[in-house]
Amino acid sequence: MEYFLQQLINGLTLGAIYGLIAIGYTMVYGIVGMINFAHGEVYMIGAFVSLIAFTILGTFAFANPVVAILIVLVAAIVFTAAYGWTVERIAYRPLRGSFRLAPLISAIGVSIFLQNYVHLLQGAKMKPLQPVVTGGFVLAQDGGFAVRITYLQIGIVVATVVLMAAFTLLIQKTSLGRAQRACEQDRKMAALLGVNVDRTISITFVMGAALAAVAGLIFTLYYGAVDFFIGFLAGLKAFTAAVLGGIGSLPGAMLGGVLIGLIEAFWSAHFPIAYKDVAVFAILVIVLIFRPTGLLGRPDVEKV
Amino acid sequence: MPFAQALREAGMAAFVAAMLAVPLVGFRLADTSTGLRIDTRFDWVAFGVGGVFLGRLLLGLLRGRGPGSGLRLDLPKLPSNAGTLFGAGLAIFAIVMPFTPMADRYVVELAITVLIYVMLGWGLNIVVGLAGLLDLGYVAFYAVGAYSYALFAIHFGWSFWICLPIAGALAALFGVLLGFPVLRLRGDYLAIVTLGFGEMIRIVLLNWKEFSGGSAGLTSIPRPSFFGIQFTNNPDPGVIPFHEYFGLDFSPMQRITFLYYLIFALALATNFFTLRLRKLPIGRAWEALREDEIACRALGINPTNVKLSAFALGAMFGGFAGAFFATRQGFISPESFTFIESAVILAIVVLGGMGSQLGVVIAAGFLILVPELLREFSQYRMILFGLAMVLIMLWRPQGLVAHRDPSIRLGAAR
Repeated sequence: MEYFLQQLINGLTLGAIYGLIAIGYTMVYGIVGMINFAHGEVYMIGAFVSLIAFTILGTFAFANPVVAILIVLVAAIVFTAAYGWTVERIAYRPLRGSFRLAPLISAIGVSIFLQNYVHLLQGAKMKPLQPVVTGGFVLAQDGGFAVRITYLQIGIVVATVVLMAAFTLLIQKTSLGRAQRACEQDRKMAALLGVNVDRTISITFVMGAALAAVAGLIFTLYYGAVDFFIGFLAGLKAFTAAVLGGIGSLPGAMLGGVLIGLIEAFWSAHFPIAYKDVAVFAILVIVLIFRPTGLLGRPDVEKV
Repeated sequence: MPFAQALREAGMAAFVAAMLAVPLVGFRLADTSTGLRIDTRFDWVAFGVGGVFLGRLLLGLLRGRGPGSGLRLDLPKLPSNAGTLFGAGLAIFAIVMPFTPMADRYVVELAITVLIYVMLGWGLNIVVGLAGLLDLGYVAFYAVGAYSYALFAIHFGWSFWICLPIAGALAALFGVLLGFPVLRLRGDYLAIVTLGFGEMIRIVLLNWKEFSGGSAGLTSIPRPSFFGIQFTNNPDPGVIPFHEYFGLDFSPMQRITFLYYLIFALALATNFFTLRLRKLPIGRAWEALREDEIACRALGINPTNVKLSAFALGAMFGGFAGAFFATRQGFISPESFTFIESAVILAIVVLGGMGSQLGVVIAAGFLILVPELLREFSQYRMILFGLAMVLIMLWRPQGLVAHRDPSIRLGAAR
């Protein structure tokens, strides 16, 4: 039971990271109908910007961890959002209205480009970060085994829940959210009714990139090591999460992320850890067979 | 465009460039014994931002003069049989190439590599170009072919010619097993599931050490023989090697030249097979399905079966190419079957012009030869590769060799 609880905590933390990235996929897919294949790289850039910002703060001997994290958060969001915006503007917007595979292939190109761009600029080695937040509680103790939850894990889950709530409000209540939902339903009609479609799509990419930046910051804090290759697998799993939850659905993306995180944590605890990614993709295939629209997705009616 | 507006846009572009460049170009994390140190490179940022500013300014001013946006690249229109003539010329060149004076060992080895990618490109072209299914895990079938040849040849001592059809059949079987559940889904899901499948195969090969040798791979895979006659300088007693059989002096070039013709024949077989299939009802159904799935369903075509056939056939040719790869290298490991490999093959198909057989040849030659020629810049190879994928999509979404349009197109292009 204690062991189960510990895996549950670890899985939820991991799931929060996947969920935050998955929201970026699901929003972009909902509004433009394309897989933003470069989103994993945007997340990797967010992690790198966070690491660089922490290291800069470290050289000034900045001590207060809460203020440091807030400063890094703002820096990561701003600079990563700039990448998200630029990618959309340069590589995707000119291809709107082109044939279906064109933006996806362009996105694969962007992904390869960004990965090697960071590789060339920052080197191939894994970059370590000294722990910023330390300490935690012992929730339960059973003989030699103690269930721990660190302050960092609490912070991660709380931050994710707050962000989710804020985003749900943004999509449901503000005029920007209304414009986004309108573009999702019918882009042409929305444009006729005075919604600036290009701007709305740009903002969607910026929001997705900002969330990916938060996920990157969390990753940097939680694992304490970043390299240029982390975006590929994380992006793949986050997309899996988005599909699992039902692509286009915001709560679905979060649910999918948490499920993937839990599957990974429990698989690693009980089965050979090397095959945890195989388990994740196998679950994706099984879900797609029995529920092609994902867990919370709406059935999709094709119109001629 | 008035100067003030161009200046403003250039200023905006420079601002964005600065936002992008400052964190990742301006600062560099350097490893030291005590941890990370920050180096700065603001001169690079200044050059980059200045370059973007000037470039955008020039573009803005020039665009104001010229009519419309001249970004689309238009190649001259060639006579309709130019492609056939060019293809025939290439084939004749490929046949005589090993006997020309320029063919030393390096050139022929390079030509073999190009031909492997041509064959993979043609195989994937069936799936992506003709049937319009985006397969991001094609390398999985290549791996299945390579490992099945290697395992059968090592454990059972079967010859290349017996293993080749088995490798193809196994790859096709994997194609069907993967395709059956997912081909009912929309195209984008297929892309991600095939990508995941490619990773799954690689992870299994990497970790199932008893079966595949893990990351060390499989070594001493038997080399191919010339229909039973071996290429070797010190044969087992009682075995007549190739050079004695034909009364020649021993030379390693004999084996390499044989490999060259082998992959050439395999690639040509792929090509002819595809060209013939395209004229059959199944081939027409692939292309029809690519254009409009709903119309096809209304006409009584079963989309799943048609897609499945394309998927399995594409996988089969990937398996053939994999078997050849294994016998040529004599050594395989999961390193050779990463996602980048899939991306390269997909790029060959897309850059060549989806569905165009000749385009695949040109793109494969371009993508394999150019990095080889620029070997001293090899660290920039992948970044240029990604950039080229984006730029070609922006300028010529239909690829270098534009495929013929469908004869009738109803409604607006999607």
